[in-house]
This record gives sequence, C-alpha cells and structure tokens, in this order.
Amino acid sequence: MAIKKISKVQPEKFEFSKKNKETADSIIKNYPSGKQQSAVMALLYLAQKQNDNWIPLSAMKYIAKYLDMPYIKVYEVATFYSMYNLTPVGKYFFQVCTTTPCMLRGAYNLVDVCKRKISEEENRLSVDGKTSWLEVECLGACVNAPMLQLNEDYYEDLDPTKLEQIIDKISNGEVPQPGSYRGRLSSEPENTRKTLIGNKNA
Amino acid sequence: MLEDKDRIFQNLYNDFGADLTSAKQRGDWQDTKEICGKGREWIINEIKASELRGRGGAGFPTGLKWSFAPKEVGSRPHYLVINADESEPGTCKDRDILRFEPHKLIEGCLITSYAVNAHKCYIYIRGEYFNEGQKLQTAIDEAYKDGLLGKNSAGTDWELDIYIHYGAGAYICGEETALLESIEGKKGQPRLKPPFPALIGLYGCPTIINNVETISVVPTILRRGGKWFSSLGRPKNTGSKIYCISGNVNNPCNVEEEMGIPLKELIEKHAGGVIGGWDNLKAVIPGGSSMPLLPKETCETIKMDFDACVENKTGLGTAGIVVINKDQDIIKCMARIARFYKHESCGQCTPCREGSGWMWRMLERMAKGEATRDEVDMLLDVTKQIEGHTICAFGEGSSWPVQGLIRNFKDEIIERNKFDPIVKKQKDIPYLVDQHLLEKENA
Repeated sequence: MAIKKISKVQPEKFEFSKKNKETADSIIKNYPSGKQQSAVMALLYLAQKQNDNWIPLSAMKYIAKYLDMPYIKVYEVATFYSMYNLTPVGKYFFQVCTTTPCMLRGAYNLVDVCKRKISEEENRLSVDGKTSWLEVECLGACVNAPMLQLNEDYYEDLDPTKLEQIIDKISNGEVPQPGSYRGRLSSEPENTRKTLIGNKNA
Repeated sequence: MLEDKDRIFQNLYNDFGADLTSAKQRGDWQDTKEICGKGREWIINEIKASELRGRGGAGFPTGLKWSFAPKEVGSRPHYLVINADESEPGTCKDRDILRFEPHKLIEGCLITSYAVNAHKCYIYIRGEYFNEGQKLQTAIDEAYKDGLLGKNSAGTDWELDIYIHYGAGAYICGEETALLESIEGKKGQPRLKPPFPALIGLYGCPTIINNVETISVVPTILRRGGKWFSSLGRPKNTGSKIYCISGNVNNPCNVEEEMGIPLKELIEKHAGGVIGGWDNLKAVIPGGSSMPLLPKETCETIKMDFDACVENKTGLGTAGIVVINKDQDIIKCMARIARFYKHESCGQCTPCREGSGWMWRMLERMAKGEATRDEVDMLLDVTKQIEGHTICAFGEGSSWPVQGLIRNFKDEIIERNKFDPIVKKQKDIPYLVDQHLLEKENA
C-alpha cells in the first residue's frame, strides 16, 4: 500500500468552473439514476485538472455534496487511488516507470537524470517551481521501455541524454513531442518486422 | 508460423489508421446485422466451438462465461463490462487495441451485449491510458454517428450504449470484482466470490466481464467460424494471441502469433534475439510479472500456451514475456517485482497486505547479501502463508514470482547470503530474535 500525504496548506473554497460543471453533469448521466456515486472518480479527476494538478480537501467536500454522498467516501477514494495528487505537484509532472521491464532497460538511469535536473527528492518542486517527478509502478508500455509519463502523454524509448533534452525544452517553455524517441509509431519491432509486411507499404 | 491473412489484428502496427472508414475496409462492421440475426444461442455456441479462452490472464472459456448470464432478463438489467485496466508489468497489448483497433472492440461489445442481453456496456480503462481512452471515445462517437451504436445499433434492432470509465492508477482494479467496486465509485477492493458477477455484479445486476482482447477477437471468429479459430493452435489452447516481448531483447515488440508458438521462436525471430546472444539468457517471465519465471533450459523447448505453461509450473497469464539476460541481477529484478506488489496490494486481507511487504524487504536484503541462509526457507514459508489465504488472486500473483525465483535460483541466493545465523554456533541461546538483547549488559 502506498502512503498518501495530505497537503498542510489548503485553500478555503473550491467550486467547479462552469464548463466543468457541464462536464460533470454529463458524466453523471452515464450511470443509472441513483447511482451518481459512480461518477466520483471522474469528478475528482476534473477537480485535479482544474486545481493545478492536485486535489484539496475542499474539493472533496464539494464533490461529496455534488454527488450527495458522505465526505468520508470521497476521501477514501481520493486516498486509495495513486493518480490523485493530494499535495501540489509541478505544472510539468514527470512520472518515471521503474517496474522490472523498464528497470531491465535502464529506467534507473532516467531517475538519476531526474534527481540531477529536477530535484534531489521525489515530489519536490524544481528550483524554477515548474516541474516535479515521481517514481511510479508499471505504466503499461513495457515494449517501449524505458518510458515516462509527462502529465497525460507518454514519452517512450528514452535514454538519459534524450530525457535531459526533454527537461531542457520544458524549462525553456517548449512542449516536447510525445511518443517514441527512437522514431517508431507503435510497438512494432524496430528493424526486423516479420509480420504484416504486406500492410507496411499500404 | 501464423500466416498474415490469419492475423486478426491487421492494424496492430497502425499501418492504416484507426478511423471508421479504414476499419470498415479491413472488414469490421461488415455483416454485424446478419451475425446477430443468427441468434444468441448460435453466437454462444460458436464461441464455445472456437474454444476461445479469456485473454486477461486466467484463461477461462469465454463461451462458458457468457452462458452463465441469466437467459431471460428479470427485474434487473444486464451489464457488459470490458476490462481495459491493463497494469500487469510486461503487458501492453490492450493499449494497442484501444488506440489502433478500437472498432474491433466496439463491434465485439455490440455482439457480446446482444448475446448476454445487455443494453449498457462500460469500458474500464486505466487512468494512465488517457490518450488511448480519448481515441476510443472518438471511435465510439464515430460509431454513434454512423448508427452503429444507439437505439438500433447497426440495424440489429438492439439498443446499446457504451460508456468509458477511467480508473486512477490501481493495479488491483484489474481484478473483476474490484473493477466493479471501482465503477460503483468505491475503493477498488475485491468482493468475496460467490456470488459471481454473472449473477450479482455491477449494482447488484448480472454482469459479464471480459478482457479487451477477448472481446476484440469475437467478431472475426463469428465471421470466419469457430472451426477456423479452433484449427489454430491445439485443442483447448486455440487461436491466436498478441504476445508482448520486453526486457533484454534487441527489438522489443508486440506480435500476434498462433497459440503454442515456441518461446524461443518468439524471442529469436520476432524480437531480434536476446541481447548478448541466446547463451546470455538468464530467465524469462512468460506471462506478466505474476507468473513464476522460467530458467534457460525450459525456455529452449517450452511452447507458449495455457496448458504447456502450467505443465512447466508457470502460467501463460497475459502473455507478457519479460526476458532477463545474464547482465542483470535476477534477485534484484524479483525484489523490484515484490516492491510492485507491496505498492499495489489493496490492503483488505492481512496476509497479502503484510506479506507483500515482508517479501519485498527480505528480497531487498537478499539482493544485497545481507540475509541469513535460513531466511531463504523462511521466505518460501511466507509465500505459502499468503498464497490461497486471500480474497482475490493477488495473493497468488504476488507470491508465485518469489516462489519461482527460489525454485530456480536458490543456489544463487544462498551463494550470496552465506551468512549463518549465530544461533547455530551457540546452541544455548534460545531465540535469534533476542540476540541483540543478550549482547547488552543490563538486558
């Protein structure tokens, strides 16, 4: 089980923006009437997006009222799932996968780069306050290892030099291209494709 | 080797694009109406004849699972739930289906929903696959626009609505009942079985839960016939399967191959061989991290299907093959897997919650050579205390890789952890745990 810390500094109030309210209402309609609690995960995710990538306690209380469910149930969900950030993270949030398939291909070299270029410790903001990083468990792109997730995008087939370039680009205010950094578009074998060859030139 | 024309996922490498027009050119949505017109019985029997087994890890016969759903809809509606919470380390097949072959999945959802009397289908996608989910949503929107979903889906007179539900980074939500809890807006903690979800599932209603790959192959099976599918592979292990080959190989890749293909052929032919040559191979995890690893000798001969893997004391699981070569420290690799399970245990059952941490800490010490010789057996004992003592299969999933390590590499662990406990030298000291007290003067 993972330990989740709640931020000590909490904003007083939270409310969905008008657009998010509409999104939230349309998500609730996806579930049968009376089962609006099902939307709690999606609503927490909306709140996280609206609030600079983290969820304050006031947002949990707001969502509890919004869905007519006990606050503790929302709190339970927010602390159970690892993708909800309960403390502020960087605007650019690097999540490096270090589970065995990535580790075999050098994921810990990427962690070293993050330690050097972003911050010595996980979950601590960089000097310019824009980025932070975290070691996470399998992100499900093992064939394109080593890889990391930057906000919502996957950056695959990395090596330390390429990651340094990515971090440099971000500190210059650019957004680097997501996807594979060895030029492939999918999980095909790189040079020796033996299957579906007829489709290749289609 | 499987011929290209027999591969179900023609767009696995995104040569054509995932949009509806190109999907239709590949044959998707071709005669969905006729297939459904043949009736529920026919669909379920054809899937039974194809001997399709679930692709999510457990390998349960799909046709049989569908037949557990009540034949008539009573007071409670039926649901179809698709498990796209792909989080098993070493597995990334569903991701490619979601982003490159979404229409195979959607068409499969329609046919399956028809077969099990469901009007609503939820697709549970892991939260990290946000972009893949967006691509699937685009495909669903296309299908609605084209009349393939909705009130009269694809002219079948069957009403179906598909919704995507995002997870938020919990491996355990890949377990079917935890997944249902998660859709209901609760913590993802598995339920006790029975009752099984086919009778009491989502919101207490009959629910059929299938993996993405299982559902995606259904339309092709029905179009080409169950006989065609069962002619591939061998009895009880039929059809084709997407294998994910990762780790220390020259060209890690996903590839669709016939069931029962030799492991060596997969690695040598499709993945470009082991880094440093075949002789540099140390071990292979054949079915995602929760399956016991195989030593090199077994890798020479083993065929990759459900039953052959079980005969070799492992499992096909999700067919996520992780290749480990001799440049790696095998104990460290397994310690990292143990850390994964420690992190992902939902915390409901004590043996798993506590035991996964024990296994991780012991393996970390063993990797450093700080453990005692006796602890190797103690570790095995810990795994046995977890296995079979938990609500869901997570207990097995976390203890099997450790058991596999001890079974195949016990000598190596003992070699590194030669240190003999002091209790053997001084037999009058009753308990090892009190040793530090005896060393103090006033204890």
